[in-house]
Amino acid sequence: MAASTARLLDNARDGRAMSYVIAIMLFLTVLSAAMGLATRNAAGALERAIAGRLTVQLTSGAPDARAALAARLAARLRATPGVTRVAPVSRAALADLLRPWLGAEANDADLPLPAMIDVDLADTAPATLARVTAAVRGVAPAARIDAHASWMASVAGMLSFATWLGLGLVALMATATATVVVVAARAGLDAHRATIEVMHMLGATDVQIARLFQRRIARDALVGGVAGGAAALATVALIGARASGLGSELLGGAGLGAGAWLMLALLPLVFALLAMLAARIAVTRALGRIL
Amino acid sequence: MANIVQFENVGLRYGTGQETLSDISFTLASGAFYFLTGASGAGKTSLLRLLYLAQRPSRGIIRLFGEDAVTMPRSRLPGFRRRIGVVFQDFRLIPHLSIADNIALPLRVAGVPEADVAGPVSEMLAWVGLGDRGGARPATLSGGEQQRVAIARAVIGRPEILVADEPTGNVDPEMAERLLLLFDSLNRLGTTVLVATHDLHLLNRVSEAQMMRLDRGRLQDPTGLLRNPPARRD
Ligand SMILES: Nc1ncnc2c1ncn2[C@@H]1O[C@H](COP(=O)(O)OP(=O)(O)O)[C@@H](O)[C@H]1O
Ligand SMILES: [Mg+2]
Repeated sequence: MAASTARLLDNARDGRAMSYVIAIMLFLTVLSAAMGLATRNAAGALERAIAGRLTVQLTSGAPDARAALAARLAARLRATPGVTRVAPVSRAALADLLRPWLGAEANDADLPLPAMIDVDLADTAPATLARVTAAVRGVAPAARIDAHASWMASVAGMLSFATWLGLGLVALMATATATVVVVAARAGLDAHRATIEVMHMLGATDVQIARLFQRRIARDALVGGVAGGAAALATVALIGARASGLGSELLGGAGLGAGAWLMLALLPLVFALLAMLAARIAVTRALGRIL
Repeated sequence: MANIVQFENVGLRYGTGQETLSDISFTLASGAFYFLTGASGAGKTSLLRLLYLAQRPSRGIIRLFGEDAVTMPRSRLPGFRRRIGVVFQDFRLIPHLSIADNIALPLRVAGVPEADVAGPVSEMLAWVGLGDRGGARPATLSGGEQQRVAIARAVIGRPEILVADEPTGNVDPEMAERLLLLFDSLNRLGTTVLVATHDLHLLNRVSEAQMMRLDRGRLQDPTGLLRNPPARRD
């Protein structure tokens, strides 16, 4: 029952509609998956960049006293366990940051700029954060402490939501695809009822008959899936090219690695297998109701 | 095995109406030739469908090849069907397959290697006198030719029983006689043959054939020979 029986279910027209539907499904699925993978990468990059990083600001006091306090604070922080890096931000660096807003005035020596110290922590445990906060308060009770993670948490939350949304969409598409295949398989059974009856009477098993359908449906699904998947991959590549042109750090982190591309490229194959399985189950179930 | 088929008080009811077949009891001896006659609507096709496992009876016992065919699980039916060759009243050739592929179907279903298919197929084509038509589609053949393709398909798997439902219904008397000769030659090779027909002229064409007659769903067996068949012919 191999190639010679492939023509048993001739009249291939009933597969055409399914190929179109699956092409559209795969286009949307690959886009959703790409979105999920990209936001996961972005969230990861963001987390690596900001987790365990904080900035201490000293805004009160005369400039000289503030500089002295900042130096003492830096020394105290370096001696604090859990701190991996202490980097006072120089006045020149701050002035550079402000120049777009203040123009030449940013270089004014009298401009009241806060003293800032960037601190990297070994970990993000609350205990570490509490220890560092206590150390800062011990030297400079009025200092402001900005934990980057706290203000970036909502962005990270948004990104993780987008990741889960992408995953959820892929699952929905898979369900919809399986449903389409089941409907198509049932229609195929109806269209070929006479042939199936003859096959049964000649002693064909349900598995043999189901194989005829699942082979065809897998082929139609693969054709549609590859077309839709390829279109989606091209779209993703185009979006990627435009995003990297923007030079944004957040979008840069959203780039897809080789593994992600492979995963996207395999989706049509996975869906074709899914279609084959759905067809097999639908057909053997329907055949089980015939004698 | 003396008795290849055994029916005991078999009844068949379609839906809720009267029984189409009632109290059918008979035995088919291995290697014998039987005609099943009866008016149109008497239940011949229904009885054959029970025998070739297209239908389960409403009551009674059917034994095929010594095994209970009524309670047999679905999964065992294909194996039994492969031992029964069926010539359907309406041929049931697959229209988009060539004649040769139609005839080859039972072999392919049985998993015969592709290399061992072509030989028997051309042998069967020659046997039914269609040696040069293997590539044709069924629709391009006459009724008698399609009938012979159906016969070739029914016997290529060397079934132990051959069942034919009104095989001479659509052919002229000369072709009918030729078809009967095919069945007779098969029977001489040891196949049990059961031919349903309402054409009484055919009955004396096969010597030693036994007759079963259905009358409105009941089997007429005045001599009791159908229940206790004589020994098989040699
Ligand atoms: N699938 C079916 N459903 C309902 N009634 C049927 C079915 N097949 C046959 N019958 C009825 O059973 C009776 C016997 O039919 P059938 O076995 O075809 O007789 P025959 O082959 O001797 O002409 C008829 O009255 C027919 O209408
Ligand atoms: Mg009939």
